[in-house]
Amino acid sequence: MYKIVAKKELAPKIKLFEVYAPEIAEKAKPGQFIILIIDEKGERIPLTIAGYDRKKGTVTFVFNEVGKTTKQLGLLKEGDSITNITGPLGNPSEIKNFGNVLCIGGGVMIAPMLLQVKALREAGNAVTTVIGARIKDLLFFEEEMKALSHKFYVATDDGSKGYEGLGFLKELIEKNRFDRCIAMGPVVMMKTVCEITKPFGIPTIVTLTPIMVDGMGMCGVCRVTVGGQMKFACVDGPEFDGHLVDFDGLINRQRMFLPEERLSSLLWEKLGGCGCGGK
Amino acid sequence: MAENKPTPKVKKKAVPMPKQKPEVRRRNFNEVALGYTEEQAIEEASRCLQCPKPQCVPGCPVEIDIPAFIKLIREGKFDEAVKKIKEKNSLPAICGRVCPQEEQCQMNCVLGKAGDPINIGRLERFVADWERQKGVTIPEKAPATGKKVAIIGAGPAGLTAAADLAKLGHEVVIFEALHLPGGVLVYGIPEFRLPKSIVQAEVDYIKKLGVELRLGYLIGRIHTIPELLKEEGFDAVFIGTGAGLPQFLGVPGENLGGIYSANEFLIRVNLMKSYAFPEYDTPIRIGRHVVVIGGGNVAMDSARSALRLGAEEVCIVYRRSREEMPARKEEIENAEEEGIICKFLANPTRFIGDEKGWVKQMECICMELGSPDESGRRRPVPVKGSEFIMDVDTVIVAIGRTPNPIIQRTTEGLAVTKWGTIVVDEDGRTSLEGVYAGGDIVTGEATVISAMGASKKAAKAIHEYLMNKK
Ligand SMILES: Cc1cc2nc3c(=O)[nH]c(=O)nc-3n(C[C@H](O)[C@H](O)[C@H](O)COP(=O)(O)OP(=O)(O)OC[C@H]3O[C@@H](n4cnc5c(N)ncnc54)[C@H](O)[C@@H]3O)c2cc1C
Ligand SMILES: Cc1cc2nc3c(=O)[nH]c(=O)nc-3n(C[C@H](O)[C@H](O)[C@H](O)COP(=O)(O)OP(=O)(O)OC[C@H]3O[C@@H](n4cnc5c(N)ncnc54)[C@H](O)[C@@H]3O)c2cc1C
Ligand code: SF4
Ligand code: SF4
Ligand code: FES
Repeated sequence: MYKIVAKKELAPKIKLFEVYAPEIAEKAKPGQFIILIIDEKGERIPLTIAGYDRKKGTVTFVFNEVGKTTKQLGLLKEGDSITNITGPLGNPSEIKNFGNVLCIGGGVMIAPMLLQVKALREAGNAVTTVIGARIKDLLFFEEEMKALSHKFYVATDDGSKGYEGLGFLKELIEKNRFDRCIAMGPVVMMKTVCEITKPFGIPTIVTLTPIMVDGMGMCGVCRVTVGGQMKFACVDGPEFDGHLVDFDGLINRQRMFLPEERLSSLLWEKLGGCGCGGK
Repeated sequence: MAENKPTPKVKKKAVPMPKQKPEVRRRNFNEVALGYTEEQAIEEASRCLQCPKPQCVPGCPVEIDIPAFIKLIREGKFDEAVKKIKEKNSLPAICGRVCPQEEQCQMNCVLGKAGDPINIGRLERFVADWERQKGVTIPEKAPATGKKVAIIGAGPAGLTAAADLAKLGHEVVIFEALHLPGGVLVYGIPEFRLPKSIVQAEVDYIKKLGVELRLGYLIGRIHTIPELLKEEGFDAVFIGTGAGLPQFLGVPGENLGGIYSANEFLIRVNLMKSYAFPEYDTPIRIGRHVVVIGGGNVAMDSARSALRLGAEEVCIVYRRSREEMPARKEEIENAEEEGIICKFLANPTRFIGDEKGWVKQMECICMELGSPDESGRRRPVPVKGSEFIMDVDTVIVAIGRTPNPIIQRTTEGLAVTKWGTIVVDEDGRTSLEGVYAGGDIVTGEATVISAMGASKKAAKAIHEYLMNKK
């Protein structure tokens, strides 16, 4: 049992949990993830580690309420417990002094990006950060990110804050010599970033989030095509060279269980699982 | 005439195993074989000749004293029969169900020459079930030695080593990466062949021996083996991480929706109980036409599970012929009785998807058998121009599994073969001091009983190592 010691709402439907898990906190590194199962009937879902406090023995993750499991998770309160958390999983990010680094965090993945930015700064990099979301209300960690960044930009899909879309990146890259780009966020966003950085030959690292079950290399559901080869994101990744990734294949595989996911979410809400009493 | 001679009457026919009827069981996940009654068990046991030099014993990888336990059954001393078996095998309810007996203990039984061999596995299962119903007694443990052993993996290898070491008085902690213990016994072999309550009973027994289970610990990521030995206070480590890395065909279209590795399919169905979706959260989509690629036990289990999930038609596609199929004969028969179709001498060459990225068709090529390969089986070769197309909604790829690689990647100095298996001597010692290994991680995909046999040997070696260590 893993106890939730703190809970915060960062934006509508985006929640932060800090959980007591001292052994995971001891070993966690930026870029790694955990898999949790809420109760014995639950499914196993992966979430990226967004922070850890080795002294307090806690791990932090931030999630977006998109389906049954994340909505159910969002109902848990401080003091409640999660049945099982496995982690840290996946390979840690490569953190060293690359020089001038461009970090782009989109949506809920702004949270783990903050952890990366911290680590990159500690390693001596100059970090330019871009955070993005669909609309301005979904942005969070602006102040924290700004404080750590050499330069800081905001983008929204609808232009309600900062730049509209990621088109401005091209100019930004032309004006600055970046040695590395790191992108974390929705697959379409990472794909766009890679299309922009590729002609400039900037090594671009992306975090792939295919559907996962075991997270330890046993089921193959997380298979992705990278450089024409089959890779398992949970053990070979989750970070890969974005210029080699088959994003369309990934998007297709992420949608695999859409009808079942909708059914599960709908039934749960109908049966009052969401706490609305079946209304 | 021979009939006048007073020869002892040997019953040639085995007592048949009561089973669920095929038309009923094909749509439920309850156990297929129902088990002997006391009378049936005694009757079957009475057929045994009690051979002075029994041929059955060397066929058993852990050398159970088979005639002795059968004699005890015949005399109705079930309690003592279990004790006899447990001298060698701590998981009889499981082995009695899943051992390939026809290739092991039963293969050499003298009665098999002129009739049916003794159903040794079914008798083993009978007494184990009898004991479980009555309540298992916990054996006495040796006094505490003050030594600590870490076991990695809670499959049959890990569970067996843990039990043996705990009985010898060592403090034992099992680290298991999944959220439930049992290894393939819970995530692979389906409920209808091995009810999960039986695995749970074995795990409870091991807990009662004082073994601590830590679930959700992927060793190599959370602690490495050197850390377990140097920082976490363990005196020895046993690796029983199994062969769980799925193989794919490597043909175009394999990443389409609806194509599962057998491991994914079985993990969803067994470990995550997606047959009870949406009560359980993990989804599975099955469709009407299911094709399973492969010819082993894993293919049979996948096909029979798919049928039980409601598929209209399940077809096993295998690149050799029936004679070469590695699955147990009993399971092939069970599958066919349930209505599963086998298509031999065919191999997939590509998958074709619909506009939503879901698999729609599978192209195969016909095969013919050429000369025998290293394994002694005739090598299948494609017949030029013989491609044909099948309509499919779901494909399950069951063409083999290789060792889990995380430990090997994260343990410096651990000797590994080019197949990724861990190198050990005959007592299970690896190239690192105090580190032992056994089961599928050493042999590659094998059997429950061979994993247990290897881990028993390793447990013995670990005990000697610990007792001689300062
Ligand atoms: C390595 C990894 C790290 C991740 N880190 C985070 C994180 O830090 N925060 C976070 O909010 N989410 C993260 N995700 C995604 C998260 O696991 C899914 O959102 C979650 O499983 C959805 O479960 P659900 O039952 O609530 O929704 P479902 O009902 O399963 O799905 C609802 C919707 O979410 C989509 N979805 C399902 N699974 C995934 C997935 N694996 N990735 C993306 N979309 C998915 C579905 O297509 C569907 O549209 C990560 C995924 C991976 C593989
Ligand atoms: C579908 C199927 C059907 C089968 N049917 C039969 C049958 O009928 N009869 C038979 O005799 N055999 C059968 N087998 C084979 C048999 O199950 C295996 O040979 C046996 O389970 C091997 O035992 P093991 O303990 O070595 O490994 P496993 O049972 O594979 O257990 C390994 C355990 O280690 C865990 N693990 C892996 N890596 C780590 C890590 N880094 N840290 C922590 N934990 C880790 C895994 O999660 C797993 O729980 C079947 C196999 C399958 C897949
Ligand atoms: S353990 Fe397996 S091989 Fe040995 S006697 Fe029992 S069924 Fe036969
Ligand atoms: S070989 Fe057959 S008949 Fe002889 S002891 Fe063994 S089981 Fe009994
Ligand atoms: S999640 Fe199962 S292999 Fe990656």
